[in-house]
Amino acid sequence: MGLIEVGIAGAKAFAVLMLVLHMSAVLLWVERKGSALIQDRIGANRANIFGVMPVNLGLINTLVADPLKLLTKEDVVPAGADKLLHFLAPFLAVFPVMVTFAAIPFGDQLVIGGHTINLQVAGLDIGILYVLAMSSLAVYGVVLGGWASNSRWALLGAIRGSAQMISYEIAMGLALIGAVMTFGTLDMQAIARAQGHHFFGLIPAWGVFYQPLAFLVFLIAGIAETKRVPFDLPEGESELISGYFTEYSGMKQAAFMLSDFAESVVVAGLATTLFFGAWQVPLLFRDGFHLPGGAIVALPHLAVVGLQIASFTVKVFALCVFQILVRWTLPRYRYDQVMDLGWKYLLPLALANMLVTGIVIVLLG
Amino acid sequence: MGAALFLLVAALTVVAALGVILHPNPVKSALFLVVTLFLLAAVFVLLEAHMIAALQIIVYAGAIMVLFLFVIMLLNLRNDDPERGRRRYVLRGLAWIGGVALAIELALLVRGASVGSAGSAPAGYGGAAAVARSLYTDFLLPFELTSILLLAAVVGAVVLAQKQRRPTLS
Amino acid sequence: MIVPTEWALMLSAVLFAIGVIGVLVRRNVIVIFMAIELMLNAVNLSFVALARARGAVDGQVVVFFVMTVAAAEAAVGLAIIIASFRNRTTVNADELALLRG
Repeated sequence: MGLIEVGIAGAKAFAVLMLVLHMSAVLLWVERKGSALIQDRIGANRANIFGVMPVNLGLINTLVADPLKLLTKEDVVPAGADKLLHFLAPFLAVFPVMVTFAAIPFGDQLVIGGHTINLQVAGLDIGILYVLAMSSLAVYGVVLGGWASNSRWALLGAIRGSAQMISYEIAMGLALIGAVMTFGTLDMQAIARAQGHHFFGLIPAWGVFYQPLAFLVFLIAGIAETKRVPFDLPEGESELISGYFTEYSGMKQAAFMLSDFAESVVVAGLATTLFFGAWQVPLLFRDGFHLPGGAIVALPHLAVVGLQIASFTVKVFALCVFQILVRWTLPRYRYDQVMDLGWKYLLPLALANMLVTGIVIVLLG
Repeated sequence: MGAALFLLVAALTVVAALGVILHPNPVKSALFLVVTLFLLAAVFVLLEAHMIAALQIIVYAGAIMVLFLFVIMLLNLRNDDPERGRRRYVLRGLAWIGGVALAIELALLVRGASVGSAGSAPAGYGGAAAVARSLYTDFLLPFELTSILLLAAVVGAVVLAQKQRRPTLS
Repeated sequence: MIVPTEWALMLSAVLFAIGVIGVLVRRNVIVIFMAIELMLNAVNLSFVALARARGAVDGQVVVFFVMTVAAAEAAVGLAIIIASFRNRTTVNADELALLRG
């Protein structure tokens, strides 16, 4: 492997990491403003740096002032806590979420200077299994954060969180299997490419049209995996203060929050890749737009790639905003209702979806 | 490069495995086991068993070990109390001697056996398609039987772990 | 990136022995259980290594079955541990030896 290839791989990894981090930060702002909009408030609108500079820029507020505040806060480790694990837990919460994005393609291939670059950090032929493996590791941050804090709220939150995450992982995995059966591959770039054709030359053949039920189950299970309202039992503040990260402060607490938002981005990224055509733009092919009726609007290669990446970003962002809307619209479930929904409704639905998908595939040959 | 990487991962695996049986705190033991299983997944990747490596993380690290941690936290187990139970130093010493002897014996056995050298694997080896083809053709009956086993296990676990039934209000 | 089969088998042997020692020296039932999982994994490693040496995936399929059985075993085993803890409030194997007479 030459130096250039290493550089390209590094640049891709860096770009994707930046994408996730920035999207999480922007989402935090969207969430604050969006919640304010829904509740008829103004929301975060000023940051007072050093007590002299009132900056009335909402976005700057959350992007700069919040991290600064969190970074400079005192880091409290509760008495009786397991110091090492208390320190490690936030990292264990963030790490699996960040690496999940490595398998998600954010564009087709880019040909530049004689190099063909696959716009995906890791082209794995077991891509979806990798995603499931990493998301199954995310539970350790929750469990250890709760256990190491030596606090009953945190422990209760951790127990709730781990039970919830394991339960919904099953429904999520089975929903994904329906989609995988449709496309016949686990490779996410291949799945993205398979969604490139159109019905009647007009409607894009996205996964959501093949697998609407799987999308529904996946989205609900995905929101439950991110542990946000209406599934925020592990951190429900009226019951458990902050759940598994009650005893965290400063940057460590911010890491848990970041992992929550990054999980939302990952769920949106997966839903985009599997159900909304990944980086596909309707009617856009590698040489330009193919309009119905045979007309072709040719576009230069770089413009096509740029449109694809923009399309991916916009879709992911739209799905993230949808999750925020859900969060601020629905009330919290009761715990037995959460478990009922996962085991008695989503799981049988996903299984039935698999069965029907299998029958259809066999019938169509 | 693969061989050097293997030696590194193998050394870490042995250290983590020793941590499992030596650490007095059951939660730490479980975490050491998670690390061991994760490193074993890395070994599987080095042996070009990608599918199995992913399953190893999903099933072992992601599900079974979370279950262990969950139970340890549920029972709120802290450090093993050395005063509790009998301290049988002689038996423990014998166990260590026997275990080390077993390791040496197995290692000598492996050295003596001719297992053949691994050539380059065929294309697609260890991927989902190759494993699935074998699983759904040659091993179809055992595969179907495992589903019954899992069902029995689910029913068994629910029956065993539920509290004594008492009259409910509704 | 070829790993000698013997090395993988040696690692498997060492892990298996560690698992055996763990079962013998620890008295906490859950830790004993974890040592058993360690032994299962050591055997899995042998299967994968030998499958690689033969260039066939049969060994990997067996690992798949071992994982399934391990999952079933963990579910039932932990349920038994919870049930016995409810009755005896201990997970110490020496104190759970009533049937020995």
